[in-house]
Amino acid sequence: MTAPADFRFDQHVLHFSGELTLARIGDLSRRLEALGEAPRTIDLGEVDRIDTVGAWLVHRIAREHDVEIVGADADVCQLIEQIAEADKPLKIRPDSSPPFIRVLREIGDATSAAAHSLAGLIGFFGATLIGLWGLATHPRRFRYNAMARQFEVVGVKALAIIGLMSFLIGIVIAQQGAVQLRQFGAEVFAVNLIGRITLRELGVLMTAIMVAGRSGSAFAAQLGSMKLAEEVDAMRTIGVSPMEALILPRILSTVVLMPLLGFYSAVIAIIGGGIFCWIDLDIPPITYVQRIREVVPMTDLWVGLIKAPVFGMLIALCGCYQGMQVEGNAEEVGLRTTASVVQAIFLVIVLDAVFAVFFSSIGWI
Amino acid sequence: MARLNTADDETVIHVEGLRNAFGEQVVHDGLDLDVKRGEILGVVGGSGTGKSVLMRSIIGLQPPQAGVVEVFGEPMIGREDHEAQQVRRRWGVLFQGGALFSTLTVAENVQVPIREYYRQLDDQLLDEIAAYKVAMSGLPPEAGPKYPSELSGGMKKRAGLARALALDPQLLFLDEPTAGLDPISAAAFDELIRSLQRTLGLTVFLITHDLDTLHAICDRVAVLADKRVIAVGTIPELLALDHPWIQEYFNGPRGRVAAEAAERAAVKETGE
Repeated sequence: MTAPADFRFDQHVLHFSGELTLARIGDLSRRLEALGEAPRTIDLGEVDRIDTVGAWLVHRIAREHDVEIVGADADVCQLIEQIAEADKPLKIRPDSSPPFIRVLREIGDATSAAAHSLAGLIGFFGATLIGLWGLATHPRRFRYNAMARQFEVVGVKALAIIGLMSFLIGIVIAQQGAVQLRQFGAEVFAVNLIGRITLRELGVLMTAIMVAGRSGSAFAAQLGSMKLAEEVDAMRTIGVSPMEALILPRILSTVVLMPLLGFYSAVIAIIGGGIFCWIDLDIPPITYVQRIREVVPMTDLWVGLIKAPVFGMLIALCGCYQGMQVEGNAEEVGLRTTASVVQAIFLVIVLDAVFAVFFSSIGWI
Repeated sequence: MARLNTADDETVIHVEGLRNAFGEQVVHDGLDLDVKRGEILGVVGGSGTGKSVLMRSIIGLQPPQAGVVEVFGEPMIGREDHEAQQVRRRWGVLFQGGALFSTLTVAENVQVPIREYYRQLDDQLLDEIAAYKVAMSGLPPEAGPKYPSELSGGMKKRAGLARALALDPQLLFLDEPTAGLDPISAAAFDELIRSLQRTLGLTVFLITHDLDTLHAICDRVAVLADKRVIAVGTIPELLALDHPWIQEYFNGPRGRVAAEAAERAAVKETGE
């Protein structure tokens, strides 16, 4: 191993020695800066090897003081010349503004992005309605195959996970309800709780969250990747409308499947609650089913079934809209996918609150 | 007397009996190749002959099933990671699309390898190094604070080259550096590689389809076919061989045009 880079300074001559390379440069740069006097000559005669970093340090001194460089062979002289040519000041990263301004700007950006996103979503909803009208007037353009595929992906393949989730939720409601109601000696009313809350609220709401996470995100990621790969542009040039081929099948299948999945979820949750009641509260299944029929009004089922397609529409809209907004790079696909899920769940919950107020006020209590 | 920091060994890359296979499909079988110090070796071959796989085997991204790979005289297969690291910092790799880190600016991309290996360098020197590397790669100073998504394809390749050169490597791997560039940019890129190779005393392993690049800057050309390197030599040497693929490659319509262009350029250079 040769010596690390070093220098000594006497009589206006700067003698470098050792290996003037990136690996062996150490803190030479700082020590050189601490050098008070300006050299007149730089002697590279004792230097073993030199690379661009060494050449840069030599050039840096030569640039500031008028010096003569000796002891270098032709290749090294050429290297130093090349480095001198490449000496152009450069910004490493874009200018950053003070923190206060940055926070203000970020708040502003986020607000305008939210407004744009909402406006865009409404516009996209309009485009979807126009697309639907086009399908209604030309039913032959309807893509049954794409729709059937989406049925499978969004619906059939989700049955297992939604079933498991609902079953557990049913048990949890029954157990928590029983524990609280037992304080009043009214644990039988846990049945009312299970029946009403699953059919009216939780069945559809939990399903909506699951579908947003499972399918809404998938829509955004699929459409986003297709946009990046210019598949969507290729479709347009061939004359296939991406609205009819990609978006409507996804939206329609989600709208159709959400009530089915929501109802299925409620039924499984009621079964889960029933099993808990049977084991813990000694309510036999026959009595349980009878009680459910007595205490759950028909309107609860309608409330769930009316909300479900609207939620499905929202989820699919958010997924497809965010997917179609992807531009530029792969990072965008990830961001848009996240945005689609967050937006969908948020809007579903907001709308659920609106529905709750609405149905109460028309007397469907 | 100061001299350039070039490799010491006469043979920089030594590959012997390399075998690569993906499942049933054998890509390389008994492949031998030597790359000498200070040369630009062009690697050519039809699509699917495993040019990129060969490069990935040499740089350790694709562990081969059998064979010997030595870089700077050090065996590279089955080495401990920290041992291989010592060799890795002596080479630079330019991937096909540039492979820049998308969350960092161009200048920060160049600094990544230096920061990784030489933490003791002060920030000012790091910034200065990034600046001259970016300039040496032929990028304008405005490109420094830009993110990769804001660059054109040609600029991405130049930025990738700046990052490959960050550690002052003695050996440079280039995977199709001129693919996807317009002829003017491609010629400028060839010229850049040639001048950097001369100035820095680099050894270059260059995969290419570009006949102009082969004629303009490659000292020797290795031809991959039939799962091995069937011939290595200068283009006239290769032309003297009676192999149908080589003949078709260099004597096809595109090959002849490239050869004529190279001849004209050579005449012009000597004429001046």
